[in-house]
Amino acid sequence: MDYVLLTEQVLNGFQLGIILFLMAAGLTLVFGIMDLVNLAHGSMFMIGAFVGGTFALLTGSFVLGVILMVPAMLVIGVVVEMTTLRTLYPRDHLDQVLATFGLILFFNEAVRLIWGPEGLVVPLPDYLDGIVSLGFGITYPVYRIVIIVIGLLVAFGLYLLVGKTRIGMLIRAGASNRTMAGALGVNIPKLFSIVFGIGAVLAGLAGLIITPITQAAIGMGEDVLILAFVVIVIGGIGSIRGAFIASIVTGLIDTLGRSFLDVLLLLFLPANAAESAGPAVSSMLIYILMAAILFFRPQGLFPPKGAQ
Amino acid sequence: MNALKNPANMFTAVVMVIFALTPFVAPAIGETFYVTVFARIMIWGIAAVSLNLIMGYGGLISFGHAVYLGIGGYTVGILAFHGVTNAWIQWPLAIGLSGLIALIFGAISLRTKGVYFIMITLALAQMIFFLSVSAERYGSDDGLNILARSDFGVSFFSLEDKMTMYYTIFAFLVASVLVSWRLVNSRFGNIMRAAKSNDARVQSIGVATYRYRLTAFVIAGIMCGIAGLLQANFERFVSPDMMNWPRSGELIFMVVLGGMSTLFGPVTGAFVFLMLSEILAGWTHHWHIIFGPFLVLVVLFARGGIAGLLTPKSRRE
Repeated sequence: MDYVLLTEQVLNGFQLGIILFLMAAGLTLVFGIMDLVNLAHGSMFMIGAFVGGTFALLTGSFVLGVILMVPAMLVIGVVVEMTTLRTLYPRDHLDQVLATFGLILFFNEAVRLIWGPEGLVVPLPDYLDGIVSLGFGITYPVYRIVIIVIGLLVAFGLYLLVGKTRIGMLIRAGASNRTMAGALGVNIPKLFSIVFGIGAVLAGLAGLIITPITQAAIGMGEDVLILAFVVIVIGGIGSIRGAFIASIVTGLIDTLGRSFLDVLLLLFLPANAAESAGPAVSSMLIYILMAAILFFRPQGLFPPKGAQ
Repeated sequence: MNALKNPANMFTAVVMVIFALTPFVAPAIGETFYVTVFARIMIWGIAAVSLNLIMGYGGLISFGHAVYLGIGGYTVGILAFHGVTNAWIQWPLAIGLSGLIALIFGAISLRTKGVYFIMITLALAQMIFFLSVSAERYGSDDGLNILARSDFGVSFFSLEDKMTMYYTIFAFLVASVLVSWRLVNSRFGNIMRAAKSNDARVQSIGVATYRYRLTAFVIAGIMCGIAGLLQANFERFVSPDMMNWPRSGELIFMVVLGGMSTLFGPVTGAFVFLMLSEILAGWTHHWHIIFGPFLVLVVLFARGGIAGLLTPKSRRE
């Protein structure tokens, strides 16, 4: 196993982890504070990609597309929260699952109607489309490094927002005890709208920055959504820190498993068995990890303090 | 016939009579297509009945129930692929595997509650889904064609015969409703329902609810596995899509649409759900744009489902 490939795959794993974190951060806040199962978070990922991608194509600038996507997703997120999700808070989880499942069907079809079934290709600007040398013979696409940097910046910004500001304090208070926070005079409905809007922007950002690599497609958010669920379960519902650590771990294990597991299996399996078992086992790795963590810590690795 | 005065029971009776008579009536009016449609609906009905057992009566919202359709189906498909079409090998294996997977998944997921339970059942089911996608030998995404249906080795009972296939499915549907009726009205069912409304209280009077839930989870898994093996036989085809997560969501919706915690609700739910999709799909290619909001509206305004709407207020529990 040579170190060049290993470094590249570690970086790829990191990049997947960053995307997962952007999804999981919003999701875990919505779960933690509003106790809402929101499947439609995957739709925000997709809508962010399509809306931001369209802005990028219209303005001819990818960066402008990203910037314009932020207010657009904020509006879409708040509108979805105020029209549908708000009525779901007092309902049980089953109603929430079903209603947001209905939203997924609606959003997927709406995107198909507006943008057509083929999806959307968003090219990268030239200055992001290169390959950079990292020394020691390792080269890596510039854009993937940009994704990692953006993700780390957003993570740091969220850390500041949640840990150091007044609104963050309210969010944390809501996450550990919603009723008590409400009783102490926090405007819970307004807080919910803001949190949901932030979550929608983060999911949209994740969808948009991955689009130049994968292109925007209908239903693209759903696989990521399920991975983000795994991340949240591992990290502990309501914990941003847990979501960050679990995202990176999940991203690394998934990526490294896919590229090196068959090599590893070769050590104790015959060649053809290792070759066929490799992809099968590696696609299951993170779920096995999740099951193992749940077995020992059903509340996840980093449950927020004081949460019931 | 006092029971038939209740419109919900009346509706159920009509649906069951339609199921029973379709193979005779449909060819007579020149609509043989409906034999296929109703066979499909009945298979989904069995799966929905099994989900209702844990979700309706036990309060366990499994968002990965379709995985057992896949387990049952792929057992038949893979065995047939290797030339084993003997039903006496295929069926017990499919049932055993569904039960085993349900035991493992249940043991893991039942340690958690609420949102966690929903996400874990979903993630575990997706794990098997991705496993089937990565199985290149068995067709990956494209699925696996089944050349011959399960063979019971007797001349008078062959699933290759349309009538036999249809009424086998019908018999399993009736059986699944009977089994859940027996279970729900037993001590076992009482404990499940009691644990749904207050788990801590039931535990404190000395009942290990975990074991009861796990047993119910396994029974539901097996029942749904049977639906899967029937589906594989009926369609002569299995693919990862039959256990992808939207199928699990649709199963939940069928149960809720028909009426949770009612015996026949899931069957009528499957009937209305699939007929409605059939009609809407014939109407417009973009039928999901109507179906999605319809789903949201049912959740928001018709919580008891069809059974709830059809049952007079005075008779509701």
